[in-house]
Amino acid sequence: MHPNAEKIRAEFPDAFVTEKVWRGDLAVTVKKEAIVPVCRYLHDDPGMDFDYIVHISSVDYPEDPERFEVVYEFYSIRRRERIRIKARVTEEDAAVDSVTGIWKGADFMEREVFDMMGIRFNHHPDHRRILMPDEYDEGYPLRKDFPLAGKGWRDTFEFITEGTHKKTT
Amino acid sequence: MTTEANPETNLKTVEPAAEHPGSGVSVPNKALPLLRTEKLMLNMGPQHPSTHGVLKVVLELEGERIVKATPVLGFLHRGVEKLAEDGTYHQFIPHTDRLDYVCAMYNNFAYVRAVEKLLDMKVPERAEYLRTIVAEVQRIIGHLFWLGTQALDIGAMTVFFYTFREREVLLDFFDDLCGARLTTSWYRIGGVENDISPELIGHLHKFLENFSEKLDEYNALLETNRIWLARTKGIAVISAEDAISFGLSGPTLRGSGVDYDLRKYEPYGAYDKVQWEVPVGKNGDTYDRYWIRILEMKESAKIVKQCLDQLPQGPYMVEDPRVTLPPKDKVFTNLEHMIRQFKLFTQGFRTPPGEIYCGTEAHKGELGFYIVSDGSGKPYRLKIRAPSFIHMGAFDYMARGYMIADIVTIFGTYDIVMGECDR
Amino acid sequence: MGVGTLDGEGGLVTTTIEQAVNWARKGSLWPLTFGLACCAIEMMAAVSARYDIDRYGAGVFRASPRQSDLMIVAGTVCRRMAPVIRKIYDQMPEPKYVIAMGSCATSGNIYNSYAVVQGVDRFVPVDIYVPGCPPTPEALFDGILKLQQKIMKQKVFIKSPILGATKV
Repeated sequence: MHPNAEKIRAEFPDAFVTEKVWRGDLAVTVKKEAIVPVCRYLHDDPGMDFDYIVHISSVDYPEDPERFEVVYEFYSIRRRERIRIKARVTEEDAAVDSVTGIWKGADFMEREVFDMMGIRFNHHPDHRRILMPDEYDEGYPLRKDFPLAGKGWRDTFEFITEGTHKKTT
Repeated sequence: MTTEANPETNLKTVEPAAEHPGSGVSVPNKALPLLRTEKLMLNMGPQHPSTHGVLKVVLELEGERIVKATPVLGFLHRGVEKLAEDGTYHQFIPHTDRLDYVCAMYNNFAYVRAVEKLLDMKVPERAEYLRTIVAEVQRIIGHLFWLGTQALDIGAMTVFFYTFREREVLLDFFDDLCGARLTTSWYRIGGVENDISPELIGHLHKFLENFSEKLDEYNALLETNRIWLARTKGIAVISAEDAISFGLSGPTLRGSGVDYDLRKYEPYGAYDKVQWEVPVGKNGDTYDRYWIRILEMKESAKIVKQCLDQLPQGPYMVEDPRVTLPPKDKVFTNLEHMIRQFKLFTQGFRTPPGEIYCGTEAHKGELGFYIVSDGSGKPYRLKIRAPSFIHMGAFDYMARGYMIADIVTIFGTYDIVMGECDR
Repeated sequence: MGVGTLDGEGGLVTTTIEQAVNWARKGSLWPLTFGLACCAIEMMAAVSARYDIDRYGAGVFRASPRQSDLMIVAGTVCRRMAPVIRKIYDQMPEPKYVIAMGSCATSGNIYNSYAVVQGVDRFVPVDIYVPGCPPTPEALFDGILKLQQKIMKQKVFIKSPILGATKV
């Protein structure tokens, strides 16, 4: 087992689920309730010191009972190490606690995950869609059951008056 | 605010406003007649000549000072991550060109590196050198473009014509190399598309010979220009701790004094085989970032020169039946090769199930690809860690307290490209 | 147009007012500074030193739609941007022309996704389509020259069916 995963397991024995090292990337899965304490530990503990947030992402596995996976990737600038933290959430309760209090950059990243996958972030300071308009109501584009061409929004132009969009001369 | 009435004028008085952050200006300390003041909401963009595309910002202003700046993104959201799940790994290369269209080669590089990490593939040495050369040429182009447009936005149009002059010379190089100026798609999974010819090497040598003189020309226009100094020094300042906390990268982070460059930290390509340095700033303002970009162009020129001198002989594409296309002349005569070509193009190659993240130092910052594979020929999930998007997260924090005219400087300081930001 | 002389003094040009108006219009196309995506970079290259769009009288890029004649839709037209483009188009004074620059503005290109409009002509009338991804500056110039040819053929003094008044 990777020493960093070992440390997380020792610190959070209840929350630790599994770890995997593949192609040199360490990925640790924890329970979603423990995301904020684990992240705070990774950020604050001098032995971990993951001060740089790389990205927050999400993956959709429609067949699994816990459908979504939230993925966090951190980097330690001083120790030059990477770690990936993952947590599974169900479709009914697709929400995790926000880590904006730990890394300021998490703000936009979490909003993007909400916009694209529909996973909510509790206690987020500005919980809105970011890439799609606020009034967009077709769903969450990156879910596997969302059609690539959308559900008709791209072909509706309610803002043009009838008959004015063709050249007359 | 006080509600005490002034008996003489019968007007209410107000307390002087608190000093604004980021400025040396404070409101004179005397009682003013109470005028009704309110914050002004100003909508900037998405059609604005200096927003670098289609960025919209809702500004909350107090007089000319910015109290709050809320970026509204998504006007160029093209659904690239969704499209990636629909195509094979090869088919995504053209999409990467159009992410950060100023710097297409580096996007290709970042993507093919990620897929190679997924496949656990070793690229031939000549290909590594070629990749490094072209990527650094692209970095020079990107920085020249930044310099021209940033100066244009701030009010110095001349620099734009000068930097575009050199940019065109390098775009001619790309044109001869791969047939396109902007959307190049020259990198392939396992190598590069074609070999570099001796004429093109000569073209590069000729360019590098007097490139430092050209840099001096730009600096003569800007370095001590009073307007340039007034509009970049002390603008968009961010401390190292904050920059790290926001996840900034590239020159934006290095301007604050953090020596974070993936080319040094996690060397790839031929970066560990040549001598070069990471320029780091001190003050974390726009001027430092400008200076870092100038120095980076010099370092890039050094890297290209050394790589051209050391360029080893050998294949430029890996010999791996999973990804390598069969030679064209064999495709028409040999059934096996034809089937392989057909299968590669229609079904793509299979990747082992798993997930990887691979970050690459593009000229804007860390461009990363997080790929989840389920063992099929298409990515199950492909997430792009776009530096422009993450830089926009710090926009509100960096813009507060500055004048409204500084907004364009702050856009420019990130070197933001909306195609990458909105994806 | 015909050129002649009168009693050996000076030049004499015979033409119609329509042709004279069109000739003046085609020589001073003021485009809108309006870039959407990749094609905007090539549009900027067209302005810069080597290509110099000014040679065709189309170099005065205006930041305001109210001062421009030509909208070059340069880049991917996303659905979220569509109302903005339409609004800008509506703000431009007549006569106005639209060039759809590049594959994205023409047909959506490779972006057959939920967020991209499959061609700007779905909501704005387009005069000239310039192919390419992105078109080189030369291709854009070809589009501008084609537009100039089109302008020369236009009827100036006609009743507009929409406005119901003489359109000049």
